Amino acid sequence: MSTVVAETTTPSEPTLREGAFGHAKGLSCRECGHAVELGPHYACPECFGPLEIAYDFPQVTREEIEAGPANIWRYKALLPVPSDIEQSPNMEPGFTRLLRANNLGRELGIDNLWVKDDSTNPTNSFKDRVVACALSAATEFHAKVFACPSTGNLANAVAAAGARAGIKTVVFIPSNLEKPKQVNSAVYTDSLIAVNGNYDDVNKLASEIAGEEDGWAFVNVNVRPYYAEGSKTLGYEIAEQLGWRLPDQIVIPVASGSQLTKVDKAFQELIKLGLVEDKPYKVYGAQAEGCSPVSVAYKAGVDAIRPVKPDTIAKSLAIGNPADGIYVLDICRRTGGAVEDITDDQVREAIVLLARTEGIFTETAGGTTVGVLKKLVETGQLDTSLETVVINTGHGLKTLDAVADSVGPAATIDPSYAAFAATGLA
Amino acid sequence: MSVSVRIPTILRTYTGGESEVTAAGGTLAEVLDDLDASYAGIKGRILDEAGQLRRFVNVYVGNEDVRFLDNLATATPDGTQISVIPAVAGG
Repeated sequence: MSTVVAETTTPSEPTLREGAFGHAKGLSCRECGHAVELGPHYACPECFGPLEIAYDFPQVTREEIEAGPANIWRYKALLPVPSDIEQSPNMEPGFTRLLRANNLGRELGIDNLWVKDDSTNPTNSFKDRVVACALSAATEFHAKVFACPSTGNLANAVAAAGARAGIKTVVFIPSNLEKPKQVNSAVYTDSLIAVNGNYDDVNKLASEIAGEEDGWAFVNVNVRPYYAEGSKTLGYEIAEQLGWRLPDQIVIPVASGSQLTKVDKAFQELIKLGLVEDKPYKVYGAQAEGCSPVSVAYKAGVDAIRPVKPDTIAKSLAIGNPADGIYVLDICRRTGGAVEDITDDQVREAIVLLARTEGIFTETAGGTTVGVLKKLVETGQLDTSLETVVINTGHGLKTLDAVADSVGPAATIDPSYAAFAATGLA
Repeated sequence: MSVSVRIPTILRTYTGGESEVTAAGGTLAEVLDDLDASYAGIKGRILDEAGQLRRFVNVYVGNEDVRFLDNLATATPDGTQISVIPAVAGG
């Protein structure tokens, strides 16, 4: 256990198991580089900057990874988890399908397009990846309660993973969240707390509780450094599924910005480890217009993110004060990408577009990402001749209401051939 | 004016482990000055070298982020609850 003063829930048993965090050697402040020992810490005691996992990576080969299980633990050597992680009860997320999207590509004029479809994870979103890593950390810290503030998907993943691991869960959501996302959490836990406020209010509350309650592991607060590493597996998988190479371009939704920064981190690690060839790639961020503080800052050419009060149907992206937003700006600018936003109507249109071209029903965040991809093409910001990957983070059944009024029967007819023929569909 | 300030764990070394302390001041800037008079050095952890709120700290007056109010000039009426909370990414 760390003796360094840092944000902590002070787990009851401070002794860490040997190798509990794999090849992680400590925590490091992303802002000032200050080093902190491994523990349930997330904020730099010097400058409040985010703490990140620092590793002493072993030499890993493609063959060793390919011999691993068909889930994120195939990359366990690159994650802050023990070598026996597969022995712990968990949801075994990851290694989701990377689909060639020729129909959507033709529609948008992109020669070589792929969809990384994370809606097929156990609770139907990419959050199962990060929660699996957070659960491992919480277990090693002897946490009594597994908790999170969430815009929905994370609450689903925490509630389910906690149930399977046999640890008490308490999940906090904005009270106006989509009903399916509420049900998808409440079915796994009797401790779903709906908070009157937006996500930023819920996040504030969770941070206060994390500072007061012993033994609570808030996956995206006090064990956030471990949790966030799970997003790297999206980047690893894309590279492996492309035949151990990086795509030329990738479009990623931006809520807090954490996922985008971790996919970039994954690509950089693969290059450093010699698992893929070093090559340029462009990272694009996607936001909905009703909550687009990072896109606004990108377009204004400034480094500071001005917080906003969210107002969009893309509730899983509705984080008005995105803590990793400045890193999203850095990465998109460094790689030659961009950050773009679209209206709620464009989000709905993109959901239907993806469904009718590729048979993938995405939630509003995925609609935002596909819609931004379309806008990037239309505005000439994306090179349509380059190989492009777009990430679908979650399933459309969770945000059914978004399109429920815009799709439906083409006709309602009597059960006769004549009636059918009259529809013109014959 | 007396206000209550919630202190995050990484700053409780300054307050002797107290998670909530009282301070005085009509604006957030005055409250931070008064806080620093009682707990020397704490203001320098919350504000950067330019005297502005650090990028990864959120300060709330009541339930509102002061970035939506008047930042350091935000009024802090008697009895106000102020919270200092690290910013975290990951929703």
